[in-house]
Amino acid sequence: MTTGVDGPGRAQIEERTLRTDRWWLTPLATFIVFSGFVVFATVRAFMGRDYFAEPYLSPFYSPCLGDCVEGASDFGQPFSWWPLSAALIILIFPLGFRMTCYYYRKAYYRAFWLSPPACAVAEPHSAYSGETRFPLLVQNLHRYFWYAAIVVGLILTFDVVLAFRPMPDEYAVGDGETSGVHMGLGTLLMAVNVALIWLYTLSCHSCRHIVGGRLRHFSKHPVRYKLWTWVSKLNASHPRYAWYSLFSVAVVDFYIYLLATDVIDDLRFF
Amino acid sequence: MGYELKMRVWRGDASGGSLGDYAVEVSEGEVVLDALHRLQATQTGDLAIRWNCKAGKCGSCSAEINGKPRLLCMTRLSDFDPAETITVTPMRAYPVIRDLVTDVSYNYEKARELPGVELGPRDADGKRRMMQVDVERGQEFRKCIECFLCQNTCHVTRDHEDNKPAFAGPRFFLRYAELDMHPLDTLDRRDTVRETAGLGLCNITKCCTEVCPEGIKITDNAIIPMKERVVDRKYDPLVWLGNKIGLRNKDNEGRAAT
Ligand code: SF4
Ligand code: SF4
Ligand code: FES
Ligand code: FES
Repeated sequence: MTTGVDGPGRAQIEERTLRTDRWWLTPLATFIVFSGFVVFATVRAFMGRDYFAEPYLSPFYSPCLGDCVEGASDFGQPFSWWPLSAALIILIFPLGFRMTCYYYRKAYYRAFWLSPPACAVAEPHSAYSGETRFPLLVQNLHRYFWYAAIVVGLILTFDVVLAFRPMPDEYAVGDGETSGVHMGLGTLLMAVNVALIWLYTLSCHSCRHIVGGRLRHFSKHPVRYKLWTWVSKLNASHPRYAWYSLFSVAVVDFYIYLLATDVIDDLRFF
Repeated sequence: MGYELKMRVWRGDASGGSLGDYAVEVSEGEVVLDALHRLQATQTGDLAIRWNCKAGKCGSCSAEINGKPRLLCMTRLSDFDPAETITVTPMRAYPVIRDLVTDVSYNYEKARELPGVELGPRDADGKRRMMQVDVERGQEFRKCIECFLCQNTCHVTRDHEDNKPAFAGPRFFLRYAELDMHPLDTLDRRDTVRETAGLGLCNITKCCTEVCPEGIKITDNAIIPMKERVVDRKYDPLVWLGNKIGLRNKDNEGRAAT
């Protein structure tokens, strides 16, 4: 690392940073939480079971296009020949969306790649080419994952509607189902999750660009200008939605796992 | 109420140097630059500092305080515990001239590489007209005081001297964005910003935004929008196809065809 802060001509200072605050805390916390999520999501995605507890379907498995348990596939099973977990068919979309997200990029470049670990803290790498070459050049395809994320968002919203369906008989309160709708803690969790996912998806930087940011003359496009103004407001909180929706997806999946494995019963509101 | 402030200040030049320990009388309400000036007046007559306005407007007094790139004149002593030792060094991304003064000419070279504004023809009455909503977006970028703290912090060149020829840096991405969002400008800069200015080297880790004393949202409002515009131009197959078959964007958003 002789070309950086300790290179010739620069002020001779031994420390790679003189920062006295706890600059390592954020990257460390990010590293721990993201790693935890990746482990959890990988385990759950490869399990291929306990992802459906009628009427709830885990977001990791929606839409369930493989050889799924009965009642889980609302869009048919075009991939019923797929030998592995059905989650693996569709996870590329949410995964690709988050991996190429401008905020997640910032977070993992800092926390996992230490490039840089924090501002004005020298990074440990001797060479750096940023996002100019393959594979990181692929980050430029983020907008396509955004288009896919819109579809995923719609499907997850549909799942929430389905989560209001009557429960099967064994859960019925009193003498069987009396009304056509039901709501339980599962429904609530799924609804909150989908709201956070929409906030995350609509606050995306590519969304901001697509709805109006790409224009040079807002005055010629008043509607798109309005949209851009709204998305810009959401966009300021994009990192927050990225974190919240990460947690909510995991919580929903875990709750359904607990239901499906009969560890707990759904808390029923009506 | 005055107190004695303990300071460590980097002294030296390109051939070498080190942090010297000092104690200087300060009073509440003063800024780091005041303390350094008193040091200069009472103990170290030859201490080199660059400054002009002492009001956070000229962008001359950039340095690093406790390892953080900041303006000396805008960093209040009241932000620190009186018992704390404050360490001041020159900016660490540039060749040092002496003490706290660095050679920032890299930035002036980058400024010269940037293609200036190219306005289209005037209206029939000889005037130029712009709508308020169209110019508003670039106003934020005009707050820049050219302190080069963002340039100094950006790890692309701070940690990799060899990237300097290929990378213009956040302050100039700001300028690219301002011009590309200018309603009357006609020059298409989307290739230049990628090829000459090295926009792809930026990995949007946002340190420029973190240190900007003007609070400009450099990454969110200039760099990322420029990255998206480069995608439009270079990496988006659908936009490319749309342009080819004349489906969209016939006027290229007011940019001259290239
Ligand atoms: S966001 Fe980009 S330009 Fe700004 S400091 Fe980080 S790498 Fe440099
Ligand atoms: S953008 Fe901000 S940090 Fe960078 S030179 Fe301008 S005022 Fe300084
Ligand atoms: S989802 Fe984060 S920027 Fe697009
Ligand atoms: S002296 Fe002018 S900005 Fe500090």
